[in-house]
Amino acid sequence: MMHKILSILLENEFGALSRVIGLFSQRGYNIESVTVSPTEDSSISQMTIQTKVENENIVEQIKKQLYKLINVLQVQEIGIFPHIEREILLIKLKLDHEKIKDVILITKIFKGKIVHITNKTIIIQITGTNKKITDYIQIIKKKNKILEIARSGIIGILKN
Amino acid sequence: MKMLSGSEMVIKSLVKMKVKYLFGYPGGAVLDIYDALKTVPNSLKHILVRHEQGATHMADGFARATGKVGVVLVTSGPGATNSITGIATAYMDSIPMVIISGQVASHLIGFDAFQECDMIGISRPIVKHSFLVKKTEDIPETFKKAFWIASTGRPGPVVIDLPKDILDPLIKKEYIWPENIFIRSYQPIISYDPKKIEQIIIQLLIAKKPIIYSGGGVITSHSEEELLFLAEKLNIPVTTSLMGLGSFPGTHKQNLKMLGMHGTYEANMAMHHADLIFAVGVRFDDRTTNNLLKYCPQAIIIHIDIDPTSISKTVIANISIIGDAKQILKQIIHKLNKQKIENRQKILQKWWNKIKKWKDIQSLSYSKSKTYIKPQSVIKCLWKLTKGNAYITSDVGQHQMFTALYYPFNKTRRWINSGGLGTMGFGLPAALGVKLAFPKEIVICITGDGSIQMNIQELSTAKQYNISILIINLNNNALGMVKQWQDIHYFGRHSHSYMNSLPDFLALAKSYGHEGMKIEKKEELKPKLKTAIQQLHKNNLIFVDIIIDPLEHVYPMQIKGGGMNDMQLKKRETV
Ligand SMILES: Cc1ncc(C[n+]2csc(CCOP(=O)(O)OP(=O)(O)O)c2C)c(N)n1
Repeated sequence: MMHKILSILLENEFGALSRVIGLFSQRGYNIESVTVSPTEDSSISQMTIQTKVENENIVEQIKKQLYKLINVLQVQEIGIFPHIEREILLIKLKLDHEKIKDVILITKIFKGKIVHITNKTIIIQITGTNKKITDYIQIIKKKNKILEIARSGIIGILKN
Repeated sequence: MKMLSGSEMVIKSLVKMKVKYLFGYPGGAVLDIYDALKTVPNSLKHILVRHEQGATHMADGFARATGKVGVVLVTSGPGATNSITGIATAYMDSIPMVIISGQVASHLIGFDAFQECDMIGISRPIVKHSFLVKKTEDIPETFKKAFWIASTGRPGPVVIDLPKDILDPLIKKEYIWPENIFIRSYQPIISYDPKKIEQIIIQLLIAKKPIIYSGGGVITSHSEEELLFLAEKLNIPVTTSLMGLGSFPGTHKQNLKMLGMHGTYEANMAMHHADLIFAVGVRFDDRTTNNLLKYCPQAIIIHIDIDPTSISKTVIANISIIGDAKQILKQIIHKLNKQKIENRQKILQKWWNKIKKWKDIQSLSYSKSKTYIKPQSVIKCLWKLTKGNAYITSDVGQHQMFTALYYPFNKTRRWINSGGLGTMGFGLPAALGVKLAFPKEIVICITGDGSIQMNIQELSTAKQYNISILIINLNNNALGMVKQWQDIHYFGRHSHSYMNSLPDFLALAKSYGHEGMKIEKKEELKPKLKTAIQQLHKNNLIFVDIIIDPLEHVYPMQIKGGGMNDMQLKKRETV
């Protein structure tokens, strides 16, 4: 299984989004994460879909199928070119006064931010690649109790 | 500037698109359109069906026979949902169709209003595209776009969902018909890579055991003449898919007939042993490939198709060209004509000798019966009586396969059948659509006792508009194809494949106002069929109920999970 990131430009129109998402379920493809919003041209939306596939042929089929949708303007597999990829994580931990120093240190190493804190909870924001965020969660999980997690899903952009 | 209501715009746009027939059924959401229809009784004819599925299949039959867009009008909710099977049928076979569905008023959408259903959502996986029109003034442009999308590239059905409020006869808006439209994200492919033409020609010329595999795409792109020319020039045998019947003349000596699950022995053997498969407008459907792992091991595969997603989806192509088959074949012929071509009879002599041996097995022979009429003989008889010129629609089952195998279609668009979805209930309404398109031609619906009952209510539509088709019911008192599978794969355990309560079809046809005829004896077959065909000229619909051998199976048949060459030619006696 391999992860692939597809960047899709589509008409910002009624039904366009559901057609793209529907295509994945219709054909049994998997969606790991999806982000979408209008671009600087408000008639066009940009969508980033992270998917897990068995082989390259399936990515090819997904790309071709996406192109077949009338609303789709462009499909790019960005993972294979130099690109920047980001995801945001908001994570709420149970505040444990003995472990807080540790948490702050780890968060610093990951260039994260503490965005909210109460007597009982702490909320941290991490930005980075999908992998960085997964790593952070793995480390923090070991000694702290995670109360809630919100991940944005990946956005990506080609360097050129 | 012309001021029109939404409903008037719908009608005017249809007239502008030169739509001749509108197949539909009224209801609350579209009553304004029905009212506006009254203003154009001559240019646009509405055919009132008895079930919305019938409307879609009629439009589909019309489209398949003419190549034009078939148009359907249904109301919201149940009208829209009833049309779904017909839309899926058209989608699977790439048939151009526009389905206009009424929708509840905009302010009620999402409130579970009376007869509301999310037509865009429900139809999404089975349409090429869909539109929910939000403003009255958008109607003309949407219609033009819908017809353009439906009929270009790989054709397909397009839904236009119209909320009731935008159709209001009292609200008039400017009607602007766009002479040109541009859809930024839809540019159907017209160009192709010319370098590949050279590669293809080389392969075609060096192959020792080539075969052309022709499909529905050849018919859609009108490239049958080019295909014939190329096949004859290079002396290459041709096999066609179920959808490709007629794309190469059925009686041509190079035609090995249909391939696949119920393909002929020679077609499947030639495919298996070929060193080159030249596939045009086919999608390597699983009914034509058998087990992909054992598929045509020696063959280089050249694949021409308009739809990029068809290329290398199941079978990996060695050379592929995405584009219009006609243009590509023309280019191949053009370049080929400039070359000196060696004697093709001689080069392919060995290959043709092999094919002849496979042909000599006569896989389409069948055992005769003293008592029963054999379904194969019915089809052969029809072929003789119509000289192969009839338009034939079929339903789904054994009768469909018998027709495909025993009626050689010499022309395109004469074989009208639901290949992709395999929709029982397709045959009768489709035949009505074909007959409306070609009133002077003989149109025959070949059906089974199971299939005909799925849309039999359309006999009433046929009566209303005097549509004189011939219905041939191959009556085996069973869901024959299901029974055949149960014979082969379930040790003859027949679970729910019998129709124990068939109606008296003659009485039924008569009650709808048609002629009925029953054929039970072998010797009656020819004279009665002849009479039936002659009577068609009196503008009657004739329902012929033919009692056939109930134990007959369709053969040849591929063995499940095998290669193209794993075939069973006759019924095993143990069954
Ligand atoms: C709408 C629909 N339901 C079920 C099927 C599955 N099916 C395929 S063939 C067949 C039997 C067809 O029987 P009949 O129309 O009598 O034709 P025969 O095979 O006897 O010629 C059935 C049930 C289908 N193709 N379409």
